[in-house]
Amino acid sequence: MTICLNHYLVVSVLLFALGFFGVLLRKNTLAIYMCLELMLISSTLALVAFSHFNGTLDGNVFVFFVLTIAAAEVAVGLAIIVALYRQRLTVQIEELNELKN
Amino acid sequence: MAAIFFYLFAGLTLGSAALVVANRNTVNGALCLLLSLVGLAGLFVLLDAYLLAFVLLLVYAGAVVALFLFIIMLLDTQPAARKPFKPLTLAAAGLGGALLVMGVLSFLTRARLALAGPAETAVPSLKAYAERLFTTYLLPVQVVGFLLLGAMLGVVVLSKKLDSAEKAR
Repeated sequence: MTICLNHYLVVSVLLFALGFFGVLLRKNTLAIYMCLELMLISSTLALVAFSHFNGTLDGNVFVFFVLTIAAAEVAVGLAIIVALYRQRLTVQIEELNELKN
Repeated sequence: MAAIFFYLFAGLTLGSAALVVANRNTVNGALCLLLSLVGLAGLFVLLDAYLLAFVLLLVYAGAVVALFLFIIMLLDTQPAARKPFKPLTLAAAGLGGALLVMGVLSFLTRARLALAGPAETAVPSLKAYAERLFTTYLLPVQVVGFLLLGAMLGVVVLSKKLDSAEKAR
């Protein structure tokens, strides 16, 4: 049985779904952030798979940019979480309800 | 042969991703994320994207997961007491899950993605990447460079102690 594009896309979708449920169900901000990373890299898998099975290189090059953006995003996001922790001394999202009401 | 490796790496990626979601200890979650990235790099290798697999491991394992572990240990938060989920959260998760299952099912049954296949395409060389990055994608490279600069400045501003501002108030 040969592995075709659909197999890779199913893996990508499942990875995205796992990250999605992590974002919905976790309470810890850092865990939510890791699940966001999962969602992001699942999209890179889809890009690379499409690029490979189409015989082009553009998807692969695009993944470079995705990785760069991801690195920048993680740096800024973690800095925000640390700043938040300094202010509120917690990273549990249920206690971060300043904007409620 | 490739099929065995595909299922191996896919299982590794998805299994460790599930552990990232399910693990209550954040440090274990970060290490599972690392394992998941290793599986994903294996999938990239199966897709002939050797350079991307290398860059993924370098950027994610070297920078992102290390940064996560650093921040987790810096903040040193205890796992919170297990609370039941709110009904709204459960409803949203159920609806989202149903939509995702529908999407995957319709994708598997109705999509026509029978493409030419990879057999005849050559393995992309480093030279080919470099050529693209410095000709077609020159402007995005510059933009991303500026974005990294902006992110660096933003992190410096965010993580600076705001003593002077508080004193001024």
